[in-house]
Amino acid sequence: MTPAVDLKRTEEILGRYPAEPRQLISVLQDVQLTYRYLPREALELVSRALGVSLAKVYGVATFYKAFSLTPRGEKVLRACTGTACHIRGAPLILNELKTRLGVSPGQTTPDMKFSLEAVNCVGACALAPVVMVDDVAHGGLTVTRVRRLIKSKAGADQKDSTEEKDGD
Amino acid sequence: MQATSYQTVDDLRAHVGKLRSSGEADRRRLLCCCGTGCIASGAAPVAEALHKALAELPADKRAPLNLVMKRTGCHGLCQKGPLVVLMPEGTFYTSVKPKDVPEIVSRSVLGGEVIERLLYRDASGKPVQKYSAIDFYAKQTRVAMRNVGQIDPASLDDYLLRDGYQALCKVLTTMTPEQVMQTVEKAKLRGRGGGGFDAGRKWRSCKSAKGELRYIICNGDEGDPGAFMDCSIMEGDPHGVIEGMIIGAYALECHEGYIYVRQEYPLAVKHLQRALGDARAAGLLGENILGSGFSFDITIARGGGAFVCGESSALMRSVEGKVGEPRAKYVHATDKGLWDRPTVLNNVETWVNVVRIMERGADWFCGMGTERSKGTKAFSLTGKVKHTGIVEVEMGTTLRQIIFGPGGGMLVEGEGGRFKAVQTGGPSGGCLPESLLDLSVDFDSLTKAGSMMGSGGMIVMDHRTCMVDVARYFLHFLTDESCGKCVPCREGLWQLDRIVSRICEGKGAEADLDKIEDLSKAIELGSLCALGKSGPTPVLSTLRYFRDEYLAHIKDHRCPAGVCKALITYSIDKALCDGCGACLAACASSAILGTPKKGDSFEINTLKCDRCGACAAVCKRGAIAIS
Repeated sequence: MTPAVDLKRTEEILGRYPAEPRQLISVLQDVQLTYRYLPREALELVSRALGVSLAKVYGVATFYKAFSLTPRGEKVLRACTGTACHIRGAPLILNELKTRLGVSPGQTTPDMKFSLEAVNCVGACALAPVVMVDDVAHGGLTVTRVRRLIKSKAGADQKDSTEEKDGD
Repeated sequence: MQATSYQTVDDLRAHVGKLRSSGEADRRRLLCCCGTGCIASGAAPVAEALHKALAELPADKRAPLNLVMKRTGCHGLCQKGPLVVLMPEGTFYTSVKPKDVPEIVSRSVLGGEVIERLLYRDASGKPVQKYSAIDFYAKQTRVAMRNVGQIDPASLDDYLLRDGYQALCKVLTTMTPEQVMQTVEKAKLRGRGGGGFDAGRKWRSCKSAKGELRYIICNGDEGDPGAFMDCSIMEGDPHGVIEGMIIGAYALECHEGYIYVRQEYPLAVKHLQRALGDARAAGLLGENILGSGFSFDITIARGGGAFVCGESSALMRSVEGKVGEPRAKYVHATDKGLWDRPTVLNNVETWVNVVRIMERGADWFCGMGTERSKGTKAFSLTGKVKHTGIVEVEMGTTLRQIIFGPGGGMLVEGEGGRFKAVQTGGPSGGCLPESLLDLSVDFDSLTKAGSMMGSGGMIVMDHRTCMVDVARYFLHFLTDESCGKCVPCREGLWQLDRIVSRICEGKGAEADLDKIEDLSKAIELGSLCALGKSGPTPVLSTLRYFRDEYLAHIKDHRCPAGVCKALITYSIDKALCDGCGACLAACASSAILGTPKKGDSFEINTLKCDRCGACAAVCKRGAIAIS
C-alpha cells in the first residue's frame, strides 16, 4: 500500500549534517517532518550514513514521542492533557475529538487527513484546555468549539482561526 | 537587519550610544503580544491588521506620530489575550480582535483617546487604563522576565536599548573568570529548574574537575505540565538566555554550549535560532567575542518529546543523539557530563538571572528573597484562578499573596469554586491544602510541606477538582513517561496507578492506602533519577492532606468533587432547564431525552449516559446536576 519512498529527500537531509552519530535525533526530526513518519528505507539509509546500528536508530525512533513509524495525517491534532488542561476539562475535549474523528490518540483517520495525539503540555496553559493543530495552538476550547475547529480544518484550511473564537 | 560586527566592547558601546541619541528609544511603541498564548487566541491576524493599518496611514499623519509597532513576547496575562499595549502611555488593551484595529489606530494612536471597552477590568468591573496599575502587574517583581513583552525578540537593537549585553561588556572588560564565579557564589543563586541546587557550587566543581574541555547547557526542556515560564523567556527574550550563557562560559572558560529546547516549543526554537544568528553576526558569539580573545558558541538541540529528558543526565544523552535514559547520580555531571566531560547544566531562568546579577551585583540580588532562597521566581499560574498567566515575585511571597494577588482569586464563585489545593512542582511536586496558603514560597518551605518548587508551575484547584483523580492523573503521566530503566519506577508507578484507579472506580479498600505508602517508599529508594524518586510525591501529598477524600471514595463510594465517572450520575434539574437543547447537541451518546422547545425540559437516560460531562459544560443555566 505504502508508495515507494523517495530516498532523495533523506539524502538531502543527511547532506545538511556532518556524518556523526550525535546528529541522529536532528536528522530523524527532519525525516519525520519531510515524510510525516519515519519510513524503514530512510532509517536504513540514516543508519548507514551516520554509522549507527539500525537497532540503535529504532531505539531512538521508538523512545521519543516526536517520531512515528506509521504515516501521520495531513494535519496533526495534539490535544493537550497537561495538568492545567486536565483540571479545566481536557478529558472532555479529547473524548470529543475521539468521537468526531473516530480514532484514538496515536491513530490516523482512514482518509489520512487527521492524526490525533494526546500530548503532555504545549506551554499554553493559561488558555486551557488547548489543542494544537500542527504548530498553532487553539485555546479556551469547549466541546462545540472543538467541533467547529475540526470542521474548519477539514474544509477551508485557510480560514482565520479567530473566526471560531467569536460567537460563543 | 543586523549587519555590523562589533570588533571591541567600545564599538558596541558606541553603537548603543548612537541608538540612544537617535531617538529610537523615545519613540512611541505599539506592542502586540505574539507569545504562544496570545497567538492561540488569534494574535497573528491582529498584528497583521495593525501593521497594515499603520502602513496605510498617509505619510504626513504617520511621521509626527513617531511610532513603531513591535511584535513582542509574552506579557504574562495570557488569558486576556490578544494583548495590545501602547507605550509610554501604558494603555493596555485586552482580547483585541482584528475588527478592533481600525478603532485603535484612529482613536488611540492618532487621537490619543482610550477605548474603554477594550480595557482590562478589575475585580469590581472598573476599567483600568494603565499597564502598571493593573493588579496583576502591580504585585509582581520582574527580574528574570524584565524584557519579556517589552521588546521585539527578533531585534538585537531592542535588546541593546534595554541594556542588553552591557553585563557581558562589563564582565569581559573588568572581571576575571574567577571574579564572575565568586559573584555568582556570593549571590547564592540557586537553580530555577527544580532541585534548587546552588549554581555557584555547581560551577565551581565543574571548573575544578579534570579535563580541559568543558560544556555548558541551557535546559529548556520544561516538561512539567502546567509550566511555561521558560518557554516565555526563550520566546520573548532569547538574547537574555544567550548573554547569560556567554557570561557563564567565560567564568567556566568553556567554548561550547547547547540549548536544549523541547519539541513542543516551535516558536522558542525559531526565536533562539534567529537571536543566535544575530549575535554571531554582531561578534557577540563565536571566535574572539568583542575582541576579548574569548571564544564561545552555542548550538540548539531540539528535544524529541520525552519528559525524562528534563532530567540532566538524560538530557545529555539526548544531546549526544541517544535514547534519553538517566544515569546514576554518583556520577556527577560536573565531572562526567556531556560526552563524559565536565558539564554545567542550568535552566533558562537561571541563566537569565546570571545576567541580572552581573548587571547589578550580588548584594542587590541577595537583597531579595529569603535567607536561603535569594532573588525572585517566575511562576506560571494556571487552573481555576481568574488571571492565568506568568507572574514573577520575590522568593518568600506566600501562596495566598500569589493566588489572590496577581492571580486575582478564584475563577468560579460559590461553594464549588472555593479554593481547595494548589499543585506546585509538576509531576514531582505535591498538592498543598488551604491551611498552607500562608506558606512562604521558597525552595525549602515547599519541600518541607511535602511538595517542591519544581520549575515553577502553580496549578490552582477548586472544590470541583477531585484530588484522587489528580493523583491518578500524575501517576498515569509518570507511568507513561518513565523511561523504563529502573524497575521500581517502571513497575511500581504502574501498580500505584492501578491501585489509585481502582479507588477512583469505587473498588478500593482501606488497606490500599497502606499499600500506596509502602510501594511509594520502595519507588523513592530504588530509582536512579528524580522522575522515579519523586514520582510518588503527588499521591503521597494528596493522601497526606486529603485522606478524607480517599476514604469517601473507598467507604462511601462517593466522589465529593463529582469527577470520578464510576461514582457519579448526571440528572437535569427541571426547575432550571428551559429546554434550549444545548445539551442535546453536545451529547455524543444520545442520552438526552426530549425535543428542544422553549419552556420544555429534558431528561437524562442514565443507562446510556457515559458521564463525560459535555452537557454540564454547555448548560448555561446550570441545570445539570451531578450526584
